[in-house]
Amino acid sequence: MKPVPFDYVRPGSIEEACALLAADGEGRVIAGGQSLVPMLAMRLARPTRLVDILRLPELSGLRETETALVIGATTRQSAAEHHPLVAAKAPLLAKVFPWIGHLATRGRGTVGGSVAHADPSAEIPLVVVTLDAEIVVREAAGEVTFKAGDFFLGPMVNAIPPAGLLTEIRLPVWREPRIGVAFHEVNSRHSDFAFVCAAAQVAFDQADRCTACALGVGGLGEYPVRLEQAAAALVGTPLDDRAIAEVVNAAMARVEVWGDLHATADYRRRVGGVLARRALSDARGAALEGRP
Amino acid sequence: MKVELSVNGDQRVVDVEPRKTLLDCLREDLDLTGSHAGCEHGICGACTVLLDDEPARSCLIFAVQADGYEITTIEGVAPAPGELSVIQDAFCETHGMQCGYCTPGMVLTAKALLRRKPQPTRQDIVEAISGNVCRCTGYGQIVDAIALAAERLAGANAPAAGKP
Repeated sequence: MKPVPFDYVRPGSIEEACALLAADGEGRVIAGGQSLVPMLAMRLARPTRLVDILRLPELSGLRETETALVIGATTRQSAAEHHPLVAAKAPLLAKVFPWIGHLATRGRGTVGGSVAHADPSAEIPLVVVTLDAEIVVREAAGEVTFKAGDFFLGPMVNAIPPAGLLTEIRLPVWREPRIGVAFHEVNSRHSDFAFVCAAAQVAFDQADRCTACALGVGGLGEYPVRLEQAAAALVGTPLDDRAIAEVVNAAMARVEVWGDLHATADYRRRVGGVLARRALSDARGAALEGRP
Repeated sequence: MKVELSVNGDQRVVDVEPRKTLLDCLREDLDLTGSHAGCEHGICGACTVLLDDEPARSCLIFAVQADGYEITTIEGVAPAPGELSVIQDAFCETHGMQCGYCTPGMVLTAKALLRRKPQPTRQDIVEAISGNVCRCTGYGQIVDAIALAAERLAGANAPAAGKP
């Protein structure tokens, strides 16, 4: 349980961090360290250098633009959890924080770190994919923006180039007045890794018709998946249970699912469908009752 | 690599390898062996310390990252040598421990909880210690201990009767 020896550097700017990463092919970024340090302890990761970006002030904090809530990569999960902008503008993200690790790990763990870690069962990547967020990466050559759907490539594998640095996440903010969100997860104990999880965000007009719908499932396969066709098929409907069941069942039949010693592929597909349906109907209930 | 740490109010300079966790540094370099090494990968909570009054796993932070924080270990909880804090006393009275391995982490987690929320519900307490594993007690008496400590601390802070 002791990591391999490495150098530790704390750059003074994003540019310096990128240069350090470019200079050493085996370097890794560390911020909160709540996922990376266990990997180091078990020697699943053996970097020669850790580039600590946690104290770069420009990487931390939240702000709102016309279309998005922008979350700096090193914003602590616990800080985002209790931030009024998250509650007001990203209710789906607010919903998942209590499911992430424990108080002591959320106090150190960062929002960007969870995204970059790309655990297939993690909650923040699921929200990012479900809402089709943008993920901004900085390299020496400049800035690259990824759509969430193009960012997650496999378990613990993301699209960040070797000398790149995740700088911020842009979560789209919905302007509809009647929004509802819901999140469901099945795991072996609270705060442990999800076997299956599902997230939904919906909007309704004054005639109680669904005007926007986002749905995603996690823990099923190599990365979280946005069920885009299913969500699109529900727009314009009153989002009744029958319509939900029809499109979710069809979508889940096409999702790539794996099994492991915790849960078989069949179980994951079945429970994933149940949680996705439940998330949609709960989100509908929340929207119609006027609470997000 | 040299790093200056503020531990229980003392400034200490240590010279450690970057790969040395804060936990190992506290135990081996600073002789503060009250923080316990359990799983060493962030699951069990035995190594919990407070960084600026918030609970953190000392096995998931390297000593070289820990400068600038006020670090509180279990050795910094009691008011004076030979005495116990209210929370520690409560753990003794309710038998909130058996082997004691998880206890430092539990006490520090409880301390952070009671600072944030002086009158927690039972559910708040359970939630707060959910990241700290105890293999002896079944948790009931630990929850009792924290509830008792909350009651006593609340009482101690109450203004005397008849005065504003």
